[in-house]
Amino acid sequence: MVHAILALLVCQLLGEVIVRATGIPIPGPVLGTFFMLVALAALREVPEPLNAVAGVLLSHLSLLFVPAGVGVILHVARIRAEWLPLLVALLVSTAVTIVVTALVFFWVLRRMGLQESESRP
Amino acid sequence: MNPAMEGGSDNLDLLWVYLQQEPLLWLTATLAAYAVGHYLHRAAGGSPLVNSVAVAIAVLVVLLLATGTTYATYFDGAQFVHFLLGPATVLLAVPLYRNFNRVRRLLVPMLAALLAGSITAVVSAVAVAAALGASRETLLSLAPKSATTPIAMGIAEEIGGLASLTATLVIITGILGAMIVTPLLNVFRVTDWAARGFAVGVAAHGIGAARAFQVNQLAGTFAGIAMALNALLTAILVPLLVGWI
Repeated sequence: MVHAILALLVCQLLGEVIVRATGIPIPGPVLGTFFMLVALAALREVPEPLNAVAGVLLSHLSLLFVPAGVGVILHVARIRAEWLPLLVALLVSTAVTIVVTALVFFWVLRRMGLQESESRP
Repeated sequence: MNPAMEGGSDNLDLLWVYLQQEPLLWLTATLAAYAVGHYLHRAAGGSPLVNSVAVAIAVLVVLLLATGTTYATYFDGAQFVHFLLGPATVLLAVPLYRNFNRVRRLLVPMLAALLAGSITAVVSAVAVAAALGASRETLLSLAPKSATTPIAMGIAEEIGGLASLTATLVIITGILGAMIVTPLLNVFRVTDWAARGFAVGVAAHGIGAARAFQVNQLAGTFAGIAMALNALLTAILVPLLVGWI
């Protein structure tokens, strides 16, 4: 378990350090994901402790957004003043983005003759 | 807390001072509020309309207002949870590695969908809000709303938006996406799990991915990839598009 957490933090640290040192426009943790992927490819398997850590964190991913979400408290005045444009923009944009992304994905998939990977029954 | 009501209030005051200074109280409260959200979500039969993040935020906001606690004090405790966003992003490599062959095979549809979705997310949000009369500062804070929190905040800062407002808009976007994705894609008859997961990951980042993981492992994997790729593309796109705002 210690090794898994260490490997995880080292990947993130490497990502953050390289992004800051070079100024490349990639978020540090995303670069860290890449390093972790390279490490897994070299190992040719996912070590069980890492698997366990991933299971815990990824199954409660949404918890991690709560502290930032509570920041809504700082913007009560603005949200009260601009709630209509904000709510409509977020709702419309999120819905349209989901539909456009899914349809383009599906359409290209079909055009390339790739069979469906796995479908909702 | 209303002090000086009775004899034992000095001790209560001291206790409250201690609790306000230590991170333990608000860290515990964050997990407890999420547990309440999780419980309600399950009690509602796993309905996406009862979102555990939304419930947790509502509970905590009420608690902060009722106790007169500032967000800064709250965040001193909650930062330990917030910090885990970075390691969780790195951990997306695990499902990604497991599904690597499938991901490689679907690379072209993914990249096409990413480009279309990422541009749609930025342009549609800014266009609708501008048409309805939102202020320029709000528009700049809104533009990166589909990217995951830390990245969207960085982008907002760079283009002159308010990073903390962006964080709020990002979370609301995630909650809305997680709520609407299932019925919405059923209407459009998109049955492919990879396509469904990828779409919610582009539009609604990690909260969308969390929803996707709940429904289907493959959908969750593609949502995770979409979240990472869209963080990247939004960071490049928004500064380029900002000239039109």
